[in-house]
Amino acid sequence: MTDIAIQTHELGKSYQLGLHQTGNLRETLSAAARRPLQTLGRRRSARKETDTLWALRDVSIKIEDGEVVGLIGHNGAGKSTFLKLLSRITEPNAGWAEVTGRVGSLLEVGTGFHPELTGRENIYLNGAILGMRRAEIRRRFDEIVEFAEVGRFLDTPVKRYSSGMSVRLAFAVAAHLEPEILLVDEVLSVGDATFQRRSLAKMNEVAREGRTVIFVSHNLGTIRSLCERGILLERGTVVADAPAGEAIEKYLQLLERAASDDLLERSDRDSRSQGDTRIRAVSIADLASGQRDVVVGGHPAKISVEVTEPVAGLDCRLLIVNSLGLAVTRLDSEVSAPIDVRDPAPGTTIECEIDPLPLMPGRYRIDARVNSGDQVQDGLDGAAYFDVEPGILGERPMHTVSGDGDVVVPHTWRLPG
Amino acid sequence: MNAEPTALPSEAPPRVETVRLQPTRGFGRVLAPRELWRYRDLAFQIAARDVTVRYRQTALGALWAVLQPIGFMVVFSLFFGKVAGVSSDGLPYALFSLAALVPWTVFATVLTLGSDSLVVNTALVSKIYFPRIFIPGGVVAAGLVDLGISLVILLVIVLLYGTVPTIAILMLPVLVAIMLATALGTSAALSAANVRYRDIRYVVPFAIQMWLFLTPVVYASSSISQPWRTLSAINPMVGVVEGFRWATLSPVAPPWALIGVSALSSIVFLLGGLAYFDRVERSFADLI
Repeated sequence: MTDIAIQTHELGKSYQLGLHQTGNLRETLSAAARRPLQTLGRRRSARKETDTLWALRDVSIKIEDGEVVGLIGHNGAGKSTFLKLLSRITEPNAGWAEVTGRVGSLLEVGTGFHPELTGRENIYLNGAILGMRRAEIRRRFDEIVEFAEVGRFLDTPVKRYSSGMSVRLAFAVAAHLEPEILLVDEVLSVGDATFQRRSLAKMNEVAREGRTVIFVSHNLGTIRSLCERGILLERGTVVADAPAGEAIEKYLQLLERAASDDLLERSDRDSRSQGDTRIRAVSIADLASGQRDVVVGGHPAKISVEVTEPVAGLDCRLLIVNSLGLAVTRLDSEVSAPIDVRDPAPGTTIECEIDPLPLMPGRYRIDARVNSGDQVQDGLDGAAYFDVEPGILGERPMHTVSGDGDVVVPHTWRLPG
Repeated sequence: MNAEPTALPSEAPPRVETVRLQPTRGFGRVLAPRELWRYRDLAFQIAARDVTVRYRQTALGALWAVLQPIGFMVVFSLFFGKVAGVSSDGLPYALFSLAALVPWTVFATVLTLGSDSLVVNTALVSKIYFPRIFIPGGVVAAGLVDLGISLVILLVIVLLYGTVPTIAILMLPVLVAIMLATALGTSAALSAANVRYRDIRYVVPFAIQMWLFLTPVVYASSSISQPWRTLSAINPMVGVVEGFRWATLSPVAPPWALIGVSALSSIVFLLGGLAYFDRVERSFADLI
């Protein structure tokens, strides 16, 4: 019989909207002065349900010992909130969760490193922060130092470390923690390539050792290869709990449906969005055939982004992403070229021409972001979807079967007779 | 990579226990002894960090713990002792003020650093779970090290003046406990309030100044008439400061009434501060 590592029952977490996150004393005091009785009484009871945003609601799941679970969903679907609840950083307001075993998290890599402390001191501090006993750290100290390759600098304050060294040291401590349950949130998207490879290897190892892992990533390919089970969250609730492949399929469908909806209605926007102007529509057109959202590979194509308000000096960044969630290429107007054209007057249409479109047949999505200066005005992942049909690039027909990469490169052979 | 829980190493990790996470109410998060015990290593590491970091990269290091009260002693002796002629219960004014300044300086430093401590440790609080009381608690523990150093200097100076402490010196641990309880309760409450209202940061230095004058540091509490004198010990630092004078300089009569009232009051400070901290703690990560 297998044991339950994590069990949740109608778990929920809500936030109050419209309340100042950190208020000031004057507001509270003057509010208290205006209605002293209510304040003294149960002042929280008067809140309306409409002011409440449920970041997570009615989540009831069971995760068994040794399961490797991928958590997927849009930005703001509740993935991070779920991990925060499980790691006890924040408290649920509804339901309960039972967690059996020590919880570790690669999310915490380097948290609590103090620049003034030496490498040695930081290993002890960070180990304790991650929940290791002092004796345990002492036992594994040499291993950690060796793994981090910082032996010579052990008694140097961490502030003199290169960023690579401190990341290595932080990761070494986290990697030697032996939690029964490991939470990983997008860790593979930070750090350099070597670091990512190592974290991935570590993840693999942990998963093979039969420990319980909950893994959050936008990289669907990684989820597919690491996880056996996928949980899809949407607006704080579980919409699919299935084998990873199925959950990913469902997520992709959801993304597409969202893209065909009115973009202005979507709430999963870039969290840094200023919102002076918002993305209304994103589309791609085949300039040779005139079709929209279906482009023949090798044809010229045009991506159009419509925004709501004319804001001066708009820039746009488009990310073309394949069906596994891996970025294929980035088109960025901030990296300007002499052939770019900027109209003298602000407007609401941004266009980007690609000639020819060097993509293999398949389905792609466009993540769009508009900036003004260094401010993010609006950003939407999965703002549009399009299909590429097999075509001809540089007089050479494309392979019709995708699977060997996403990009077609014009090329010429010279062959022996 | 199918999970095969049956193939797990047989030496299962010890102490696997189930933690139930649910909305909590009321008192009992801060003082849950099992939680505090489980994270005891972290408490030690945080205190050690606070001590190490405080004095690393300062040229005079831990000497600062001593220079501050001595500096004040010199200034106070000149102005209040010589110029204003404040009564010092017949003691040399320098000694009279130093015996009070030693606990007071530590107390004021703990309050200043403690009230800011949660905000300063945002990264920890928003990313990791541990009993949050360790953060202001670490500052208090680090203050204990300062106190130890300056206490040694105080005793040296007392001896240099030719005074030999009596058996009363055995009361020092009790007085220190009163001070620590007050410091922990107050800085816990202030640090928690600071998460919500950043105004606290501006209030604290001002409040500490006021508190200094409400405490018989520059003057003797014997200059206050009864019953106000005994009542004033509701401020726990009154008992601490007068107690320190008596314990280290002996000649003054034992201020039992003041110490008694202050001890009771410090328990109220401690429990009140922790209760408020407890109430606010659950929302730290959401607010900070």
